[in-house]
Amino acid sequence: MNKDIEARKQELLNDGYEEVYTRTKVLTDAVMHYCPGCGHGTTHRLVAEVIDEMGIQDQVVGVSPVGCSVLAYNYFDVDFQEAAHGRAPAVATAIKRLNPDTFVFTYQGDGDLAAIGTAETIHAANRGENITMIFVNNGIYGMTGGQMAPTTLVGMRSATTPYGRRVDLNGYPLRMTELLSTLPGTYYVTRQSVQNPAAVRKAKAAIRKAFENQKQKKGLSFVEILSNCNSGWKMTPVAANKWMEDNMMPNYPIGDIKVDGKICEGIDANRLVLDHALTVMQ
Amino acid sequence: MAIKGQIIIDTEHCKGCGVCVPVCPMKCIELSKEVNGKGYNFTHTVNDKCIGCASCAMVCPDGVISVYKKKI
Amino acid sequence: MARELQLMKGNEAIARAMIASGCDGYFGYPITPQSEVMETLMAEKPWETTGMVVLQAESEVASINMVYGGAATGKKVATSSSSPGISLMQEGLTYLAGAEIPCLIVNVMRGGPGLGTIQPSQSDYFQSVKGGGHGDYQLYTLAPASVQEMYDFVFDAWDIAFKYRNPVLILSDGAIGQCMEKLYTRDNVARWSEEERRANAPWGTWGKPAGRGHNIITSLELDSARQEVFNHKLQAKYAEMKEKEVRFEALNCEDADYIIVAYGSSSRIAMKAMQMAREKGIKVGLFRLITLFPFPTKQLAEVAKRVKGILCVEMSAGQMIEDVRLATQCGVKTEHFGRFGGIIPTPGEVLEALENKIIK
Repeated sequence: MNKDIEARKQELLNDGYEEVYTRTKVLTDAVMHYCPGCGHGTTHRLVAEVIDEMGIQDQVVGVSPVGCSVLAYNYFDVDFQEAAHGRAPAVATAIKRLNPDTFVFTYQGDGDLAAIGTAETIHAANRGENITMIFVNNGIYGMTGGQMAPTTLVGMRSATTPYGRRVDLNGYPLRMTELLSTLPGTYYVTRQSVQNPAAVRKAKAAIRKAFENQKQKKGLSFVEILSNCNSGWKMTPVAANKWMEDNMMPNYPIGDIKVDGKICEGIDANRLVLDHALTVMQ
Repeated sequence: MAIKGQIIIDTEHCKGCGVCVPVCPMKCIELSKEVNGKGYNFTHTVNDKCIGCASCAMVCPDGVISVYKKKI
Repeated sequence: MARELQLMKGNEAIARAMIASGCDGYFGYPITPQSEVMETLMAEKPWETTGMVVLQAESEVASINMVYGGAATGKKVATSSSSPGISLMQEGLTYLAGAEIPCLIVNVMRGGPGLGTIQPSQSDYFQSVKGGGHGDYQLYTLAPASVQEMYDFVFDAWDIAFKYRNPVLILSDGAIGQCMEKLYTRDNVARWSEEERRANAPWGTWGKPAGRGHNIITSLELDSARQEVFNHKLQAKYAEMKEKEVRFEALNCEDADYIIVAYGSSSRIAMKAMQMAREKGIKVGLFRLITLFPFPTKQLAEVAKRVKGILCVEMSAGQMIEDVRLATQCGVKTEHFGRFGGIIPTPGEVLEALENKIIK
């Protein structure tokens, strides 16, 4: 905690200013190791702010994955477990079943949740576990150096698709969120992003809803957050956010897919299965 | 009546990613030419047009921006 | 303690002991020859009586990770499986050991390698006590030889698991799991209250109360120096187990010219072989391992000084024999006898092996 900054904040308050925003105390003082401009930091902040605003810091157990956010437990001032690669939903299942009065959330990336942990994800969702799942999708394996993820776009370059992802070699980008929405066990399924203030506000509202659902024992809430991986995509953070809007969003449309256990209006079966899956990156 | 805003930036913890710069409606933030202890060109204010909208703080991945406002 | 005499399968005894010993949760996946563990639990519905949670997972991978999640909250959590399923659990086991989570795993062994057979075997000794998963770790490993021990060892497992913050493995086999025997059950031990959980597992993740720092359960340490310190701490814990928690049974070893070393089902066959040998005038003793880790190295070495030969009996190609030879520094003639593929050796075969491989 920087004393000089605290003093300046106090000075403003003394001068009649009101506080509009400051970093939540549910985040620790540890400096996050994420690359500059990475959406993980913003998503961490939003989850922590929701925990803060709901006043549930003493009841939360988080589960971090293997991947860029493996060290998430250092940044949240709540009890935390670090799961084996892909297994966070299984870990969270047992925490919640044995401690039904806690708020349990998982925090996973696309390699962890949509590749190695597909089975645990689908079955936790299908059982309707009363947990909150945060899924950060940046279309790439960030921590290991930018290899292809199940979510990598067709045509997108990565360390293991240096000439672009080819459907005949690598199959299609996997849209876990649409897939999970078809399971009766999921209560709230949404895709959000954090690249601009409006998106951040919506993403925070979605995370809040996901935790409120858990409070009301409604079943599984799943919040996908589209994020840039600027270092993996080899762009500046600002350019990466633009690229995400231009290329990721047509394949991974933003918005609620399932609310209160019902598929949203305008989301038809084709959206869940076919359309967008073949949008080739420009 | 107008709104006057102020932001306080924890420049030592700013990573200079710059995502706050384009989202400021009043164009009062830029990346500095100087660097902090980590070698990042931290973000700083370049005018006093801030309205305390907190757009910069919303998108800051590291939560280094605190926002204040008052009516004048 | 009210002891009630009952007739029961080994697998059923495991399940009933879990309920009776105040277990908080069981997560499992069906596999022969241990499916009766979860079947018994589901039929007993302990969630209506003791409040124990029982869940059928989607795989052994999921069930061991459910154990990790549940046990890390400081509760008594268990799983059971058989050899191929235990292979799938190895990643979870090394995480559990690395994060120092007390828990109970039961392996009712079947023959391998691969899908192998569904009949009894003892070919998972290496997997159980020599690692199994990656990294330097040990599971406290108990080898029951009767349905009574299947039951009793569940109670013992919790004591050791929480005393050392270490996973405990009960290494049984299809013969003990499937056979029916009499056993004395015990009165139910109540599940821990919230206060007891917090007192017994202050490191657990149940939600950070005001005034304490956040508890973190992880096996990751990126700083090499700190990881080395942690590895030393683990090794010190294992050394303490070797010092204090070794269990074995020496039968007729005082005057023996030869001893048979065995554990689990094999030790029962060996006991019969020992009796047959003594009837023939050959002084044979039985050294039965109860803990496979920690191995009774010193105790076996002491007995071995007085004998002319050792026969190791194990339903495997000869895994435990390596530890026997290490214990005796190869100072005594030591040979292995076993059968494969789910075939249980007869006492006659064991005696014949003793005569042919050791005495001749």
